[in-house]
Amino acid sequence: MRSRLVSRRHAALRLWQATLVTSIGGGWLRTAQAQVDKLTITGLAEARLRSFEEMVRPYVQSQTLTKEAVTLSLPMLADNGHMVPLSLKIDSPMTEEAHITHVYLLSQRNPVPLMAKFVLGPWSGRADLSTRVRLSGNQSVIALARRSDGSFIYDAQEVVVTEAACVDNG
Amino acid sequence: MSSARLQVPPRIVQGDVFKLRLLVNHPMDSGFLRDIDGVLIQRNVIRHLLCTLNGREVFRVEPTTGVAANPLFEFYLRATESGEMLFRWVDDKAYIGELRHHLVVEPANASKPTSN
Repeated sequence: MRSRLVSRRHAALRLWQATLVTSIGGGWLRTAQAQVDKLTITGLAEARLRSFEEMVRPYVQSQTLTKEAVTLSLPMLADNGHMVPLSLKIDSPMTEEAHITHVYLLSQRNPVPLMAKFVLGPWSGRADLSTRVRLSGNQSVIALARRSDGSFIYDAQEVVVTEAACVDNG
Repeated sequence: MSSARLQVPPRIVQGDVFKLRLLVNHPMDSGFLRDIDGVLIQRNVIRHLLCTLNGREVFRVEPTTGVAANPLFEFYLRATESGEMLFRWVDDKAYIGELRHHLVVEPANASKPTSN
């Protein structure tokens, strides 16, 4: 049932791509089509809210996952989804024995779920980061961190976005 | 073209954990937006940014389309040695950007290290 739905949607997209390519033509558009192909995989087909499992499972796999030690801070209301300041603090001694190795910023609604992946180590001294992200609509954002022992910790926060990034994507 | 700015504290003492702010000038075109003629703007984002200190990796980030234009990254580093910091990043158009900074770390003996 679900796969049939997906394939039908896929077919519609293929048709749309074909018309796009024939109507505009041109050599460099072939690369644009490649982009559209990417869009069908990561974009339009997933313009919905992902479940928590869907978001974290590819990274966590069979490791343990607990909600602790990570503090994610985002504005509760972001006026402009094109630039949302995001900062996170992770409680970790950051020593050779126990440190944070990776930090993943995950979005529930963006066409590409992974917003950024950071690689840290004992040389960092402190596992705090901040950056500015794009968010396409109201959603919850997850900061997922991997400890050096292989376990995962996370924090999530809901954010209301008045003007979404990637407007064309709906 | 792409360039970047780095902010570090004016005085860094050995053993300190200090904050670095890196601002890279880059459009980070997501590939989802269209220009005024309705043509899709090709995706062009930084794929990989690596920071090394004296050839040793100290920070790495792999942004995707989810990072805002002119990405800002704030991170921390434990001051161990003075040396050449090199930031290099590559985007979808295979453009390689580079920023060098000479990091000066003062020895800890003279004054008490101020934690940041």
